[in-house]
Amino acid sequence: MSTRGLVRIERVSGRPIPLRGNDVDTDRIIPARFMTAITFDGLGELAFHDVRFDAEGHAQPHPMNEARYRAKGPQIALVNKNFGCGSSREHAPQALYRWGIHALVGESFADIFFGNCVAMGIPCVTASSSDVARLMQLVEEDPGHELVLDVAARSASYRGETVPVALPDGAAHQLLAGTWDATQLLIEAMPRIREVACRVP
Amino acid sequence: MRASPRRPGAGAAAAGTFVGASSGSPNCEAGVRRLAHDIMGKTLLDKIWDAHSVRELPSGQTQLFIGLHLVHEVTSPQAFAMLREAGLPVAFPERTIATVDHIIPTDSQTRPLRDTQAEVMMSAIERNCREHKIQFFGPDTGHQGIVHVIGPEMALTRPGMTIACGDSHTSTHGAFGAAAFGIGTSQVRDVLASQCLALERPRTRRIEVTGRRQGGVYAKDVVLHIIRRLGVKGGVGYAYEYAGPVLDAMSMEERMTVCNLSIEGGARLGYVNPDRTTVEYLRGRRFAPAGEAFEAAAQAWLGTASDADAEWHDLVCLDAADIAPTVTWGINPGQAIGVDEAIPSAEAFPEDERAVVEDAYGYMGWSRGDRIAGTRIDVAFIGSCTNGRLSDLREAARVAQKGRVAKGVKALVVPGSQEVARAAEAEGLDEIFRQAGFEWRLAGCSMCLAMNPDKLEGRQVGASSSNRNFKGRQGSPSGRTLLMSPAMVAAAAIEGAVTDVRSVLAREER
Repeated sequence: MSTRGLVRIERVSGRPIPLRGNDVDTDRIIPARFMTAITFDGLGELAFHDVRFDAEGHAQPHPMNEARYRAKGPQIALVNKNFGCGSSREHAPQALYRWGIHALVGESFADIFFGNCVAMGIPCVTASSSDVARLMQLVEEDPGHELVLDVAARSASYRGETVPVALPDGAAHQLLAGTWDATQLLIEAMPRIREVACRVP
Repeated sequence: MRASPRRPGAGAAAAGTFVGASSGSPNCEAGVRRLAHDIMGKTLLDKIWDAHSVRELPSGQTQLFIGLHLVHEVTSPQAFAMLREAGLPVAFPERTIATVDHIIPTDSQTRPLRDTQAEVMMSAIERNCREHKIQFFGPDTGHQGIVHVIGPEMALTRPGMTIACGDSHTSTHGAFGAAAFGIGTSQVRDVLASQCLALERPRTRRIEVTGRRQGGVYAKDVVLHIIRRLGVKGGVGYAYEYAGPVLDAMSMEERMTVCNLSIEGGARLGYVNPDRTTVEYLRGRRFAPAGEAFEAAAQAWLGTASDADAEWHDLVCLDAADIAPTVTWGINPGQAIGVDEAIPSAEAFPEDERAVVEDAYGYMGWSRGDRIAGTRIDVAFIGSCTNGRLSDLREAARVAQKGRVAKGVKALVVPGSQEVARAAEAEGLDEIFRQAGFEWRLAGCSMCLAMNPDKLEGRQVGASSSNRNFKGRQGSPSGRTLLMSPAMVAAAAIEGAVTDVRSVLAREER
């Protein structure tokens, strides 16, 4: 059986958190010094550590340090362009997920980060710059509502406003069909895998 | 045909050489697909993709067979744990190779390692490799090193292959005309379990660098210039095909430097079409075929190159005459300038970029009108998967011979692998560095990402031949990184400040 079973991800709803800025890299999401471990345990509270805390451990102004953006249950991050660029470390989406972020809506995502998120069942959907700006504004004005990301309908709704969102067909299919954990699906083709293995370098 | 492709030049009918096929008969469906492509000619990526496609998945993605899986200690232990939990074996241990690079200390590697967490990680990869019968190149083998250095130097990396590794700089292997993917841990699990990935084929952008490089302008400068021009997100969704006279004239190690930084330009992967330079590099290396088999393999390798009438989705041409020794001034690798330039003003950037630019000014501590040349440095780091190979060390040593490390500067040379270290020592480079005041260390990733004891401290400024100048990248949350070529790092080390390497090279030896 698949390592996590077939879980379809059609809809994520949760309190939103805006994480503003272009080119937010995975070193910033989780500094490398926190990766000297053989599990992902404990990464959640270390997400964005060096932005959230100064050298003495004092909290700095950051949405993840603000009580109004913290809620029980799944949350959805709003981000700008090229989020998750840099290192392929899955520790980055693992840290975000363990902090509570189960989906992201942004202007664009770095390719490897996007792939890691899909493999973990975390939808990363894109919206136009103006729609992301509008959602961020609505959330910053009043963060106390549920943001609903409808993966099947390709829409995100907040406080009565709905914007269209996009994601590549392949990733959408994986999330909706529950094959985002691809291991079992890939293993199924083992006879053909062995055929290919015989003829390629 | 895919959307809006570009065809530089309308070539003759394609040779349509089939990649990698030496035995067995391809199925009909694949044959028809190839034929349809052959009408227009194919890119290297198309050829590799078609040859390695296991099937089309219900998602529309390709189940792509991965010829070589490279494993290191940081991104694999959780993947092995997932396999164990699912009760799955490693499907193709003979196509899986492991080493230890990120956490390994470069001063003493005596076991147990002083850092107890590093020892835990080291023990975990040894245990996982033993349990799953995976070849492990540890420090006692003489072949340990950065995964992207040892793959090529042992000819594990060859043209026409698909390669995956839980590391973004896997793009390095594209220098050989391989399709090489950086992946995360869940995908490492998938490759261990099935030797496959579920992927969408990236679009291709051909980047032609024309003209000739000036003296003192290295491969690192070429690729930093490319990223400066196209941006750190310019490559999202693309495979970069690097080509043109400048790439043609480059050595394999130089091509590796270029392909290594593809990911910093946002590209999914980068490659150079294989040619005689590629073939001659591979000849005689440990895992390369020998004798007649080598000549046959070489023909197949050359056949994987993009056809003259292949189509790319985009084409970019850059002139090498515009490239100076290049240094990053900011907090991403696209924030780079020629060594003779001033830090650009925010107005020089599109409005959308200015927040990141302002953030960089604040973090790095620039004032308006500052020039990059003359910027004092505290640490000089020569090494990494970008620039830790023999030719990099030779170029840096040429510069180191011109002086001594400036007072107050800590200068490290970290060979990319044990093999690089041996070769460098055989020609006396270690002595040149030592005499100039550099520390000569053991192989590993070291201060590129500072997962071992080699770190910047406080707000130190590091001149670094590595690949990322992100905030906190080199181990101190407030440390500052200036990326440049290894020769430029050596020049900065002996001057104590960012210096145009061309002026140092013009000097007499000390």
